[in-house]
Amino acid sequence: MPDPAADGDILLGAEDIVKHFPIKEGIFFKHQVGSVKAVDGVSLQVRRGETLGLVGETGCGKSTLARCIMRLFPLTSGHLTFDGADLSTLSRSGMRPYRRGMQMIFQDPYGSLNSRRRVGSIIGDPLAIHHVASGAERRKRVQGLMEVVGLNPEHYNRFPAEFSGGQRQRIGVARALALHPKLIVCDEPVSALDVSIQAQIINLLEDLQGEFGLTYIFIAHDLAVVQHVSDRVAVMYLGKIVEVADVKDLYSTPHHPYTNALLSASVVADPDKARTRDRIILTGDVPSPINPPSGCRFHTRCPKAQPICSTEEPLLKSGVGDPPGHVTACHFPVAEGEKLASEKATILHAVEGFLAEAPT
Amino acid sequence: MPAAHAAGIFIQYHRDAMPLLAVDNLTVSFPTADGTVRAVRGLSFSVEAGKTLGVVGESGSGKSVSALTMLGLNPGADITGSAVFNGKELLTMSQHELRKIRGAEIAMIFQDPLSSLHPHFRVGWQIAEAIRAHTSASKQDAMSQAVELLRLVNIPQPERRVEAYPHEMSGGMRQRVMIAMALALKPKLLIADEPTTALDATVQAQLMELLIQMQNELGMAMIIITHDLGVIASVADEVLVMYAGRAAERADARTIFFSPHHPYTRGLLGSVPSATGVVGSRLTPIVGSPPSLISVPSGCGFHPRCPFAMETCIDDQPDLIPIAAGPNHTSACWLPPDMTGVGIAMDTARQRYASTHRGARSAKLPGVIAAVEGAAVYA
Repeated sequence: MPDPAADGDILLGAEDIVKHFPIKEGIFFKHQVGSVKAVDGVSLQVRRGETLGLVGETGCGKSTLARCIMRLFPLTSGHLTFDGADLSTLSRSGMRPYRRGMQMIFQDPYGSLNSRRRVGSIIGDPLAIHHVASGAERRKRVQGLMEVVGLNPEHYNRFPAEFSGGQRQRIGVARALALHPKLIVCDEPVSALDVSIQAQIINLLEDLQGEFGLTYIFIAHDLAVVQHVSDRVAVMYLGKIVEVADVKDLYSTPHHPYTNALLSASVVADPDKARTRDRIILTGDVPSPINPPSGCRFHTRCPKAQPICSTEEPLLKSGVGDPPGHVTACHFPVAEGEKLASEKATILHAVEGFLAEAPT
Repeated sequence: MPAAHAAGIFIQYHRDAMPLLAVDNLTVSFPTADGTVRAVRGLSFSVEAGKTLGVVGESGSGKSVSALTMLGLNPGADITGSAVFNGKELLTMSQHELRKIRGAEIAMIFQDPLSSLHPHFRVGWQIAEAIRAHTSASKQDAMSQAVELLRLVNIPQPERRVEAYPHEMSGGMRQRVMIAMALALKPKLLIADEPTTALDATVQAQLMELLIQMQNELGMAMIIITHDLGVIASVADEVLVMYAGRAAERADARTIFFSPHHPYTRGLLGSVPSATGVVGSRLTPIVGSPPSLISVPSGCGFHPRCPFAMETCIDDQPDLIPIAAGPNHTSACWLPPDMTGVGIAMDTARQRYASTHRGARSAKLPGVIAAVEGAAVYA
């Protein structure tokens, strides 16, 4: 179980969240032949005012988890509490009053704005749907929001196509802010943007958090960005959380072999560090979530795997001497300073073999 | 020393010094209904055999266009300048001659492996086709080479995977097929256009490692085009920073990261978390966004966003001039050549210098206003 976090006020609690998508076959009579186990038992707590980073590779269930938290679709099972209320089984209309408190910023600033509607009405939508403001009052609120996120309020009547990628992402941020939410789930908010624009949006999100006391769940695959914005970080692999810790602990002493591999694989923008460190290079790709490996899901790619890893699933627990809140789901957590096997030698061997055989 | 011997040494020296690829004053523009898009506006650089040149810049800076132009893959573009590869001019070459070089001597890896592989053909067939187009290998030989190539790029069960269609593979797997295809004929120069941008960190690390190993073994030169400074930091020997179709700065990797001269390079470094700054400190992004290539700003293309813009920058386009911070360090900026580095002290010195050369027009530029107010840039 994750740390009960007695020190912080819990805004969002997720317990054993499961989301399976059925795979159906048949033309007239569809029957289920399997399921994609996108999120398979995730427990998380998000404290008020913090930024929780969520990292993992494509297909590990980050975005599905975000949509589960937003209750954009029914959960297969599990419990979700937000600000003291149980949201796990509420219907669409039952969810409506709670939607004001939680908003989302999407990855693609092109796909997430309706290109045929004017910016003013896109940002004003939440105000209209929740009957917060109408007419001139709504217009005034929208223009205020545009100013907060660094857009020119005179551009109220423009279409999304008239804005650049960074400006569109600002429109997305303004829309998310309209109802003064407590929680904003940012699903890869900067990955589609240019480097200099990324930094503008990250600074904007940080400023808004300070100003409005927001809580963020920040999903990204860029580990440097997550390190920059997060207070705590959760690492996901194939629908499960494998490690949660404060950002400093996670980046300095990662315990799960997957976290180690992920951190060592991420490129650092420093030529001295980038060339001297040992990289743990994993073999192969992430297995299919339709038929995930038994036991620990990482055992097929893990450099430390033992027989027990394929039979018994490790639970998230705190290791000896770990700071509070650092939990790892691994039978053989990596100790500080321990070196994991590198794949470099194998690749070199393959290259030499190829050159010896191939005709020149 | 006998004259003939001296001449021999001279020729030898000259041959060594001749770069594998030399691009000189390249311009590429595309006529469109909205006006002429000036994608590349006078770009010169060179790549030496066995070295890696990293080309970095934001979208629309002309990185990919210049690479595609060299390979004759930009039909409809107006091209001037020259690109000499291995003693041969690429830009005026006939399609027939170019086809012999393309794929065999210069290979390219594209960003999106799904749209670069043909969806109707098995990947093995596509690799074998490249081999058969350039050598006299039989179908069977080419196919068995394809299997070996797939094994080389770490695709499990290559004997089975040669029969797979691109849609049956993951993104990382497809990009490995692209790399296998590019390496099939052991090219002298490999151009990789955002080779790992669409991929996960662990897969990215595998592929970069593979490319570096192949380069060491084959002695090929590489041009890595990317917007990711992390990739540049880990592989590039030399770095070319591009902005609005021109070279902003060029130096070896350490100089670019630790003693940059151009304010754009400086701004890029400030935009990346923990590039050279302290972890957790605030990012210092560049104001505004990259310019439209139909109406490129006058003078230095970066002046509307630059915190150190002066009157000269609005009127005159700077050329690359030598900078003392590193060997072969050049930068296209009107600031004094000794102003290099990333620290706050240096930014203050730059600002002090710029403020003495500022006039009514440059004081109104968005980058300068933000810097003077201390709101956004380098604050």
